Amino acid sequence: MDPALQAAAEAQPNELDPQLFRHESGRMVIALTRLFGTHNLALAEDVVQDAFCRAIEVWKFRGVPANPSAWLMATAKHRALDLLRRERTARTYAPELTRWLESEWTLVPSIQEVFGPHAIQDDELRMMFSCCHPRLPEPVQVALILNILCGFSVGEVAAAFLTTRAAMEKRIARGKKTLAASKRLFELASAAADLEGRLPAVHRALYLLFNEGYHGASEQTAVRTELCREAMRLTALLLAHPLAATPATHALGALMCLNAARLPTRLDAAGNLKPLAEQDRARWDAALVREGQRLLNLGATGTQLAEYHVEAAIAFLHASAPSNAATDWPAIIALYDTLLSLRPSASPSPVVALNRAIAIAQHQGPERGLEEIAAIADPARLRTYPFYFAALGELELSSGRPALARRHLQAAVSLARNAAERHFLKHRLAVCEAGRHPS
Amino acid sequence: MLTEFLYLYRGGDSPTSPAEGQQVMQQWMAWMKDLGEKGYLKAVGSPLEKTGKLVSGKTKAVSDGPFAEAKDLIGGYTLVQAKDIDDAVAASLGCPIFLAGGAVEVRPILQMNM
Repeated sequence: MDPALQAAAEAQPNELDPQLFRHESGRMVIALTRLFGTHNLALAEDVVQDAFCRAIEVWKFRGVPANPSAWLMATAKHRALDLLRRERTARTYAPELTRWLESEWTLVPSIQEVFGPHAIQDDELRMMFSCCHPRLPEPVQVALILNILCGFSVGEVAAAFLTTRAAMEKRIARGKKTLAASKRLFELASAAADLEGRLPAVHRALYLLFNEGYHGASEQTAVRTELCREAMRLTALLLAHPLAATPATHALGALMCLNAARLPTRLDAAGNLKPLAEQDRARWDAALVREGQRLLNLGATGTQLAEYHVEAAIAFLHASAPSNAATDWPAIIALYDTLLSLRPSASPSPVVALNRAIAIAQHQGPERGLEEIAAIADPARLRTYPFYFAALGELELSSGRPALARRHLQAAVSLARNAAERHFLKHRLAVCEAGRHPS
Repeated sequence: MLTEFLYLYRGGDSPTSPAEGQQVMQQWMAWMKDLGEKGYLKAVGSPLEKTGKLVSGKTKAVSDGPFAEAKDLIGGYTLVQAKDIDDAVAASLGCPIFLAGGAVEVRPILQMNM
């Protein structure tokens, strides 16, 4: 047998981390962007794409080497060195590195330095802050993070958000233009005040990324789990940096862990949404609940209470309750009150108010829940939210008014945003109708 | 008596994302492994660079590649053994290149029967 055949036979194609290429791609683009400057992001992406195509071609035949990450990094390093030698004066690179790239004496060590594991981790963080530029709207920030830091192609980001490729292309191009203007990555160390200023935007983007995976539009479970996992990975990067690991960062990490613990039971075997009360609590991920609790404790310092603290505390009460009935509803209601008070009074979140009303219904009965829903200040914003009508329907049904319940559930079905929601709401409607016409 | 064949891989789109690339690579590795387990594989072969030179004619003129349209460009080769051409063609059907719109050219290695 020839040695290559041996290698191919011994290679274990299924043992490779399925996210390996995506993650390495993100890390390599970032290392090269640090070198080339943010205005040469497209060049960094080309170099990485080229390194990947070569690796894939060779590994198809020879099998994956023992340390594929090191091989990919080495390939990207070589391509970068070639390019810098060839085009040293044809372009301008990262302003802080330019003079190191000009001389052959400092060129190689500079490249070694940016590809070191600590440098890359720092640069991932810097890129995260760069993507959350205050001039960019939140959806652009999230799209940039997925594209650059997580290695999703434009098509994959578009699929995750159920937008067209063309629209996503435009959104990402707009973001990259803003990144290019600053030429260099966001500085973490030299301007601590800036870091603090931009950290809330980074939190918010990661929170949105996680929620997109948890509640979002994409019907593919695999995609959704991926988005949650990426949000958690990036939050872990923040937690590993002394300046970014604030109490709010801990609380955000706790919230993600506690919600992710329930991911395995949110959908049943057929891929249909399952309400919290009906989920099999034995299948919740106990290790994630513990990690969530640990982070929540670590985050309980300082003087500033972030919404993430309160949301994590609510998630913890759900995750640690032995059953729906034995949940500490009074504590959850009190936390929703706190959450509402944290928002500026001009824009209380109607969804938070709705969730509070549902908790009150669990504790004090459906009629009280309906009263609370009726008292929500800005119901107009809920009129397009399918779970507003679903909640009304469920509570009317429990109160013995099936005809009214049916109308609300029909409205909910008509507002469903994806197949999973539609299927779930249709099922609730069927339950309601079966109760009304027993057969 | 088994006959040797060369698989020439032609064309096929490049993957559009790292995740897709990893998937494609793993499909190829699984296919190669399967060929080996079924006794077809003689030598895994190699991928080829997309560039090169063409030396031709009595003047031995040297020109730059590529020598074909992208869809016809040979990207690599594998040596297999099979009962006959039909068997070799049947064994090629699992090749992931078809998913990328590429082709496998199956060529018997010329034998001298003595």
